[in-house]
Amino acid sequence: MKTLKWFIGAVLLVAAIAVIIKVDIPFLFCREGMHFVEFAGRALFILVLSCVLCLFRIWKGPTGADRIVAVDILGIMIVGLCAVLTITTRRSWYIDIGIAWALQSFISTLALSKYLEGRGFDE
Amino acid sequence: MKDIIGLVFIGIGLLFDLIGSLGLVRLPDVYNRLQAATKCVTLGTCSILFGTVIIVGFCAAGTKAFLCIIFLVLTSPVAAHAIARGAHRAGVKLCDGSVVDKYAEDKEGER
Repeated sequence: MKTLKWFIGAVLLVAAIAVIIKVDIPFLFCREGMHFVEFAGRALFILVLSCVLCLFRIWKGPTGADRIVAVDILGIMIVGLCAVLTITTRRSWYIDIGIAWALQSFISTLALSKYLEGRGFDE
Repeated sequence: MKDIIGLVFIGIGLLFDLIGSLGLVRLPDVYNRLQAATKCVTLGTCSILFGTVIIVGFCAAGTKAFLCIIFLVLTSPVAAHAIARGAHRAGVKLCDGSVVDKYAEDKEGER
Protein backbone atom coordinates (compact mmCIF):
# COMPACT_ATOMS: atom_id res chain seq x y z
CA MET A 1 0.00 0.00 0.00
CA LYS A 2 2.83 2.36 0.86
CA THR A 3 4.68 1.46 -2.34
CA LEU A 4 1.49 2.11 -4.32
CA LYS A 5 1.10 5.57 -2.80
CA TRP A 6 4.76 6.36 -3.50
CA PHE A 7 4.34 5.24 -7.10
CA ILE A 8 1.18 7.31 -7.66
CA GLY A 9 2.83 10.39 -6.21
CA ALA A 10 5.95 10.02 -8.35
CA VAL A 11 3.89 9.50 -11.51
CA LEU A 12 1.75 12.57 -10.78
CA LEU A 13 4.82 14.74 -10.11
CA VAL A 14 6.67 13.64 -13.25
CA ALA A 15 3.50 14.11 -15.33
CA ALA A 16 3.01 17.64 -13.97
CA ILE A 17 6.62 18.61 -14.75
CA ALA A 18 6.33 17.10 -18.25
CA VAL A 19 3.11 19.03 -18.90
CA ILE A 20 4.77 22.26 -17.74
CA ILE A 21 7.80 21.71 -19.95
CA LYS A 22 6.16 20.34 -23.10
CA VAL A 23 2.71 21.89 -23.51
CA ASP A 24 2.23 25.35 -24.99
CA ILE A 25 0.42 27.24 -22.26
CA PRO A 26 -0.98 30.68 -23.10
CA PHE A 27 0.89 32.71 -20.52
CA LEU A 28 -0.73 35.61 -18.81
CA PHE A 29 0.95 38.97 -18.28
CA CYS A 30 3.56 38.44 -20.99
CA ARG A 31 4.56 41.20 -23.36
CA GLU A 32 5.83 40.42 -26.82
CA GLY A 33 9.35 40.78 -28.09
CA MET A 34 11.17 39.22 -25.13
CA HIS A 35 12.83 35.96 -26.00
CA PHE A 36 13.25 34.78 -22.43
CA VAL A 37 9.73 35.45 -21.27
CA GLU A 38 8.53 31.97 -22.18
CA PHE A 39 11.04 30.38 -19.80
CA ALA A 40 9.94 32.77 -17.07
CA GLY A 41 6.31 31.80 -17.66
CA ARG A 42 7.17 28.13 -17.24
CA ALA A 43 9.13 29.07 -14.10
CA LEU A 44 5.91 30.52 -12.69
CA PHE A 45 4.15 27.20 -13.14
CA ILE A 46 7.00 25.24 -11.52
CA LEU A 47 6.82 27.56 -8.50
CA VAL A 48 3.05 26.99 -8.35
CA LEU A 49 3.74 23.23 -8.34
CA SER A 50 6.11 23.68 -5.37
CA CYS A 51 3.40 25.68 -3.59
CA VAL A 52 0.96 22.80 -4.17
CA LEU A 53 3.43 20.40 -2.52
CA CYS A 54 3.63 22.76 0.48
CA LEU A 55 -0.17 22.89 0.62
CA PHE A 56 -0.21 19.08 0.73
CA ARG A 57 2.01 19.19 3.82
CA ILE A 58 -0.22 21.85 5.42
CA TRP A 59 -3.27 19.66 4.81
CA LYS A 60 -1.72 16.43 5.99
CA GLY A 61 0.78 17.46 8.68
CA PRO A 62 0.67 15.21 11.75
CA THR A 63 1.69 17.90 14.24
CA GLY A 64 1.42 21.65 14.41
CA ALA A 65 5.13 22.17 13.82
CA ASP A 66 4.88 20.58 10.36
CA ARG A 67 2.17 23.05 9.42
CA ILE A 68 4.21 25.99 10.68
CA VAL A 69 7.25 24.91 8.63
CA ALA A 70 5.08 24.50 5.52
CA VAL A 71 3.46 27.93 5.96
CA ASP A 72 6.91 29.52 6.30
CA ILE A 73 8.18 27.88 3.13
CA LEU A 74 4.97 28.78 1.27
CA GLY A 75 5.58 32.44 2.08
CA ILE A 76 9.17 32.27 0.89
CA MET A 77 8.08 30.67 -2.39
CA ILE A 78 5.52 33.40 -2.96
CA VAL A 79 8.39 35.91 -2.64
CA GLY A 80 10.12 34.06 -5.49
CA LEU A 81 6.85 34.09 -7.46
CA CYS A 82 6.69 37.87 -7.10
CA ALA A 83 10.28 38.14 -8.38
CA VAL A 84 9.47 36.11 -11.50
CA LEU A 85 6.33 38.21 -12.06
CA THR A 86 8.56 41.30 -11.89
CA ILE A 87 10.64 39.92 -14.75
CA THR A 88 7.72 38.91 -16.96
CA THR A 89 5.68 42.08 -16.58
CA ARG A 90 8.46 44.68 -15.96
CA ARG A 91 6.38 46.30 -13.25
CA SER A 92 8.36 47.14 -10.16
CA TRP A 93 5.56 46.96 -7.60
CA TYR A 94 5.43 43.17 -7.60
CA ILE A 95 8.71 43.05 -5.68
CA ASP A 96 7.15 45.41 -3.12
CA ILE A 97 4.57 42.69 -2.47
CA GLY A 98 7.49 40.27 -2.06
CA ILE A 99 9.26 42.40 0.55
CA ALA A 100 6.08 42.91 2.56
CA TRP A 101 5.26 39.20 2.37
CA ALA A 102 8.77 38.27 3.62
CA LEU A 103 8.43 40.62 6.60
CA GLN A 104 5.00 39.32 7.55
CA SER A 105 6.13 35.72 7.13
CA PHE A 106 9.13 36.19 9.42
CA ILE A 107 7.11 37.86 12.17
CA SER A 108 4.28 35.34 11.99
CA THR A 109 6.74 32.43 12.08
CA LEU A 110 8.39 33.81 15.21
CA ALA A 111 5.00 34.33 16.88
CA LEU A 112 3.78 30.85 15.97
CA SER A 113 6.95 29.19 17.26
CA LYS A 114 6.64 31.10 20.51
CA TYR A 115 3.05 29.88 20.74
CA LEU A 116 4.26 26.35 20.04
CA GLU A 117 6.72 26.63 22.87
CA GLY A 118 3.79 27.01 25.20
CA ARG A 119 4.91 29.99 27.19
CA GLY A 120 2.59 32.65 25.83
CA PHE A 121 3.38 35.88 24.04
CA ASP A 122 4.45 38.02 26.95
CA GLU A 123 8.14 37.16 27.08
CA MET B 1 24.16 37.85 -22.39
CA LYS B 2 22.84 39.46 -19.22
CA ASP B 3 19.51 37.70 -19.71
CA ILE B 4 21.20 34.31 -20.17
CA ILE B 5 23.17 34.63 -16.90
CA GLY B 6 20.06 35.70 -15.04
CA LEU B 7 18.05 32.81 -16.44
CA VAL B 8 20.75 30.34 -15.36
CA PHE B 9 20.46 31.68 -11.80
CA ILE B 10 16.66 31.43 -11.96
CA GLY B 11 16.93 27.82 -13.20
CA ILE B 12 19.18 26.87 -10.26
CA GLY B 13 16.72 28.49 -7.89
CA LEU B 14 13.77 26.65 -9.40
CA LEU B 15 15.57 23.32 -9.10
CA PHE B 16 16.33 23.93 -5.43
CA ASP B 17 12.78 25.11 -4.71
CA LEU B 18 11.25 22.03 -6.30
CA ILE B 19 13.62 19.63 -4.53
CA GLY B 20 13.13 21.41 -1.22
CA SER B 21 9.35 21.19 -1.38
CA LEU B 22 9.64 17.56 -2.44
CA GLY B 23 11.73 16.94 0.68
CA LEU B 24 9.04 18.73 2.69
CA VAL B 25 6.58 16.10 1.50
CA ARG B 26 8.79 13.01 1.63
CA LEU B 27 10.99 13.23 4.74
CA PRO B 28 9.76 11.51 7.92
CA ASP B 29 10.23 14.09 10.68
CA VAL B 30 9.74 17.77 11.58
CA TYR B 31 13.45 18.36 11.95
CA ASN B 32 14.35 16.61 8.69
CA ARG B 33 11.68 18.62 6.88
CA LEU B 34 13.09 21.80 8.38
CA GLN B 35 16.52 20.82 7.10
CA ALA B 36 15.19 20.42 3.54
CA ALA B 37 13.09 23.56 3.73
CA THR B 38 15.89 25.88 4.84
CA LYS B 39 18.02 24.85 1.88
CA CYS B 40 15.17 25.76 -0.39
CA VAL B 41 15.07 29.25 1.09
CA THR B 42 18.71 30.25 0.92
CA LEU B 43 19.77 28.60 -2.31
CA GLY B 44 16.39 28.63 -4.03
CA THR B 45 14.58 31.89 -3.50
CA CYS B 46 17.74 33.97 -3.01
CA SER B 47 19.04 32.62 -6.32
CA ILE B 48 15.79 33.58 -8.05
CA LEU B 49 16.01 37.08 -6.59
CA PHE B 50 19.66 37.37 -7.66
CA GLY B 51 18.69 36.41 -11.21
CA THR B 52 16.03 39.12 -11.07
CA VAL B 53 18.68 41.65 -10.00
CA ILE B 54 20.89 40.64 -12.93
CA ILE B 55 18.11 40.77 -15.54
CA VAL B 56 16.38 43.95 -14.40
CA GLY B 57 19.55 45.82 -13.41
CA PHE B 58 19.94 48.33 -10.62
CA CYS B 59 16.74 50.23 -11.21
CA ALA B 60 13.99 50.46 -8.57
CA ALA B 61 12.97 46.80 -8.81
CA GLY B 62 16.56 45.52 -8.79
CA THR B 63 17.48 47.46 -5.67
CA LYS B 64 14.39 46.23 -3.86
CA ALA B 65 15.19 42.66 -4.84
CA PHE B 66 18.72 43.08 -3.47
CA LEU B 67 17.29 44.37 -0.17
CA CYS B 68 14.98 41.35 -0.14
CA ILE B 69 17.98 38.99 -0.56
CA ILE B 70 19.75 40.58 2.42
CA PHE B 71 16.59 40.40 4.53
CA LEU B 72 15.96 36.74 3.69
CA VAL B 73 19.56 35.68 4.39
CA LEU B 74 19.45 37.45 7.76
CA THR B 75 16.05 36.26 8.96
CA SER B 76 15.50 32.77 7.58
CA PRO B 77 17.98 30.93 9.90
CA VAL B 78 16.48 32.76 12.89
CA ALA B 79 12.99 31.56 11.95
CA ALA B 80 14.20 27.99 11.37
CA HIS B 81 15.99 27.90 14.72
CA ALA B 82 12.91 29.26 16.50
CA ILE B 83 10.70 26.61 14.91
CA ALA B 84 13.08 23.77 15.83
CA ARG B 85 13.41 25.00 19.43
CA GLY B 86 9.68 25.42 19.81
CA ALA B 87 8.96 22.00 18.38
CA HIS B 88 11.47 20.33 20.67
CA ARG B 89 10.08 22.11 23.72
CA ALA B 90 6.53 21.24 22.71
CA GLY B 91 7.50 17.58 22.79
CA VAL B 92 7.51 16.59 19.15
CA LYS B 93 9.22 13.22 18.91
CA LEU B 94 12.16 12.48 16.65
CA CYS B 95 11.69 9.83 13.99
CA ASP B 96 12.60 6.20 14.63
CA GLY B 97 15.90 6.11 12.77
CA SER B 98 17.50 9.07 14.56
CA VAL B 99 20.54 8.22 16.64
CA VAL B 100 21.36 11.28 18.77
CA ASP B 101 19.46 14.07 20.51
CA LYS B 102 21.95 16.59 21.88
CA TYR B 103 19.36 19.16 22.92
CA ALA B 104 17.64 16.72 25.28
CA GLU B 105 21.01 15.87 26.80
CA ASP B 106 21.69 19.59 27.32
CA LYS B 107 18.33 20.05 29.00
CA GLU B 108 19.09 17.08 31.27
CA GLY B 109 22.42 18.67 32.16
CA GLU B 110 20.83 21.95 33.11
CA ARG B 111 18.73 20.37 35.81
